[in-house]
Amino acid sequence: MSPVLLEARNIGKRFGGVQALKDVSLTIKSGEIYGLIGPNGAGKTTLFNVFTGLYPRDSGEVIFCGTTLTLDSPHAVAAAGIARTFQNIRLFGNMTALENVMVGRHPRSYAGVFSAILRTRAERAEEAGIRRRADELLHYVGIADRAGDLARHLSYGDQRRLEIARALATDPKLLALDEPAAGMNATETAALRRLIEGLRSDGLTVLLIEHDVKLVLGLCDRVAVLDYGEKIAEDAPEAVRANPKVIEAYLGASTA
Amino acid sequence: MDTLLQQIINGLTTGSVYAVVALGYTMVYGVIQLINFAHGEVVMIGAMVAFSVITALAGSGLPPLVIVLAGVMAAIPSCMLMGYLLERAAYRPLRHAPRLAPLITAIGMSIVLQHLALLVWGRNPLAFPQIVDNHVFGIGGAAISSVQIVIILLSLTMMAGLSWFVYRTRFGIAIRATAENVDVAGLMGVNADRVIAATFVIGAGLGAVAGVMYGSYYGIAHYTMGFSLGLKAFSAAVLGGIGNIAGAMLGGILLGLVEALGTGYVGELTDLCGWPIAHGWLAGQCADGGNFVLFGSNYQDVFAFLMLILVLVLRPSGLLGERVSERA
Amino acid sequence: MKTNRERFGLALIAIALIALPFVLASVGTAWVRITNFAVLFTLLSLGLNIVVGFAGLLDLGYVAFFAVGAYVYALLASPHFGLHLPFWVILPIGATVACIAGVVLGAPTLRLRGDYLAIVTLGFGEIVRIFMNNLSSPVNLTNGPKGINRIDPFQIGPLNFSASDSFGGLVFSGPIKYYYFLLLVLLAVIIINRRLQDSRIGRAWVAIREDEIAARASGINTRNIKLLAFAMGASFGGIAGGMFAAIQGFVSPESFILNESIMILAMVVLGGMGNIWGVVAGAVLLSFVPELLRYTVEPAQKALFGKLLVDPEVLRMLIFGLALVLTMRFRPAGLWPEMRHRRELDQDRA
Repeated sequence: MSPVLLEARNIGKRFGGVQALKDVSLTIKSGEIYGLIGPNGAGKTTLFNVFTGLYPRDSGEVIFCGTTLTLDSPHAVAAAGIARTFQNIRLFGNMTALENVMVGRHPRSYAGVFSAILRTRAERAEEAGIRRRADELLHYVGIADRAGDLARHLSYGDQRRLEIARALATDPKLLALDEPAAGMNATETAALRRLIEGLRSDGLTVLLIEHDVKLVLGLCDRVAVLDYGEKIAEDAPEAVRANPKVIEAYLGASTA
Repeated sequence: MDTLLQQIINGLTTGSVYAVVALGYTMVYGVIQLINFAHGEVVMIGAMVAFSVITALAGSGLPPLVIVLAGVMAAIPSCMLMGYLLERAAYRPLRHAPRLAPLITAIGMSIVLQHLALLVWGRNPLAFPQIVDNHVFGIGGAAISSVQIVIILLSLTMMAGLSWFVYRTRFGIAIRATAENVDVAGLMGVNADRVIAATFVIGAGLGAVAGVMYGSYYGIAHYTMGFSLGLKAFSAAVLGGIGNIAGAMLGGILLGLVEALGTGYVGELTDLCGWPIAHGWLAGQCADGGNFVLFGSNYQDVFAFLMLILVLVLRPSGLLGERVSERA
Repeated sequence: MKTNRERFGLALIAIALIALPFVLASVGTAWVRITNFAVLFTLLSLGLNIVVGFAGLLDLGYVAFFAVGAYVYALLASPHFGLHLPFWVILPIGATVACIAGVVLGAPTLRLRGDYLAIVTLGFGEIVRIFMNNLSSPVNLTNGPKGINRIDPFQIGPLNFSASDSFGGLVFSGPIKYYYFLLLVLLAVIIINRRLQDSRIGRAWVAIREDEIAARASGINTRNIKLLAFAMGASFGGIAGGMFAAIQGFVSPESFILNESIMILAMVVLGGMGNIWGVVAGAVLLSFVPELLRYTVEPAQKALFGKLLVDPEVLRMLIFGLALVLTMRFRPAGLWPEMRHRRELDQDRA
């Protein structure tokens, strides 16, 4: 059995009168693709934003790599090794694709103002390293030929890939993808699936929120199902598919 | 003379003017999240127009009240037109531009309007012609003038009128719906363009009256008056919670009071001779009833800004507002 | 790598810039002074560009940092306190004080939305001016609205920047010496700006400008990086202020009104936010506009109407205001937009 990478204990989050998350506990193991599904408004993205420090949580704790994460700021979470993409793509539109990925190296580089002004030997070496890594990642996700184009000029599918490359640039231990297949056609989805499978075979752990149930069930090692802010199942895809509670909540009462 | 009561009266007077101007900022901000920097200049132009009309009619022999009313009646439509043109020509084309763009445009418009006013009315302040007898009443050791009474009452009336309009009429509901969510309001059949234009026009109309009140309180109107008045009114809007109409009223009055009391007491409070530290060299300065005032009443304009910064730092949502910090 | 043609072009520009003051001096010393102020405002624009252009933070009180630098210089090198420190001591002090002022202002306010920051900086600029105006009592710190007079000029060894010297038949007047000094500083500031822009920090600034949430998710501590932009911009403002005080020999609160902040902003916006050369071009353009107006509009009006109808000063502000409005409407990226496109790939650090 592979070791636990992330363990969430009793996460609670409330917006005004709405209990968006209620005592959600889950464990993500090293090297697996962990899916998170649920009907609209089930709290998937909220949980995601709690994990990545965008929202402060009201209760519970997150243990990542054996230490408790202080989820107070997204940049600290990124530095700790959780990288993410956004449901509605958030790129730096007026920067080139390459620069977007280079920004992702920020938490893994150290040059300050003075070494940048003086262009010290260490700074130049670091900068060259950042560039090399960014180039590699663009190749990895398959958009190396667009390196010099502004991010906003990229096609939708390429933007998704660029966002993943930028996330990978932070050297994450856990890559969290928020509905990466949203708005993609079948060909693009298939390519995305190959990319995510490639990430797994390279040893990365992936947390995947997805609407495309087929993609999730086909790709994930384990799947958790949220409904009304509560986890109602956590199991292998086949077991989840057969779980009556899931069928009722997710697929709707009519198919039950 | 009772300083405390006097400063409260003065604070209420300027505060009600701030409140009326603040309404213009807050309504526009409420619907399109834009700080309409040029609003202060619109208020200034209202005062200038009214003063010009009043000065022109001063020798006509008409009853003073009619003359003043004519001035106000000339100022309101002028400002409304200006508010409309501002929105139409400067802001509307930028509605979907990045947030910095309309803000920079607003600053540009403010500078343009200010210097156009300078071209039209010149560098010297316009004086309010002495046609209305400004009666001064004594109450409890303090004085209140008829101008102050009119300003306070008129402001309260306008605020009540606006509240009725926004909370009780169909169009008011449309404004509030647009403020809540432009897209959804649009789906519900609200014409967002009209609503946005209306907030500019209403704000400008209120501003025109505020400009006249402010000008007649101090007896002069000047092309630069819109800048600090606008900045203070904006501070008032933020203090109350920007986008919140009741907040703007509360914020305006509070700011007026803080400013008046602050100006009235800062000299006394920062006179080191009144502190228990008056030894040595300082004692020499304080001898024979001398004093050592750190900050005098000439710091009047600082209070509004300090208050603004404090509010933004401690409670960015203002007294009655919702959270306004960056949302996800 | 630069091509020979580019090198040749650069050499030509360098020669032109070196020869410029002598050409101008033959027309009139006033033009050298005007050029010096143009360079000074270019420096300020480059400083503000870091804040507004790179990091996307609208600072409407930038002139306050300029003022801080100028007053630090004035207080430490004038008869006002009887202090006469050399300029190379004071300029870094001025930069540091301005930097601290920037951090003090920025630390509590940078987490606010952009438009709030704009208004707070505006208020801050006013507060600084009000204090300069009033800190003449109880202790006379700033000499109030009268300002501080007889500020020391720069002095390097025997070289006094307020006097003329001649070397090899060429007369180096005071303004010409300042010109060369300013040119050196400008060169340094441009190099610093370019290096920052192409660094990890510069990328973080632009990332924040483009999408703050994504920047945070990419591991950027946005608060610190924004504060850094603020501090850098303020330091440049402080240095420019010190030089302003020395060149002018006199400072008063009147030089640091809101209109100056607006003017610097107009230079950055018109030239092209974020583009160093665009900002330089915008600053030079808008610095000379008022002078051109003075030499054309004034005589033209007098000839046509027999009197001055529109004060060139008013016209100048109208032009700045309209420049802001029209640029945003028709060329939001400025006259010389930032060209990030392929820049990183083709040249520079290849």
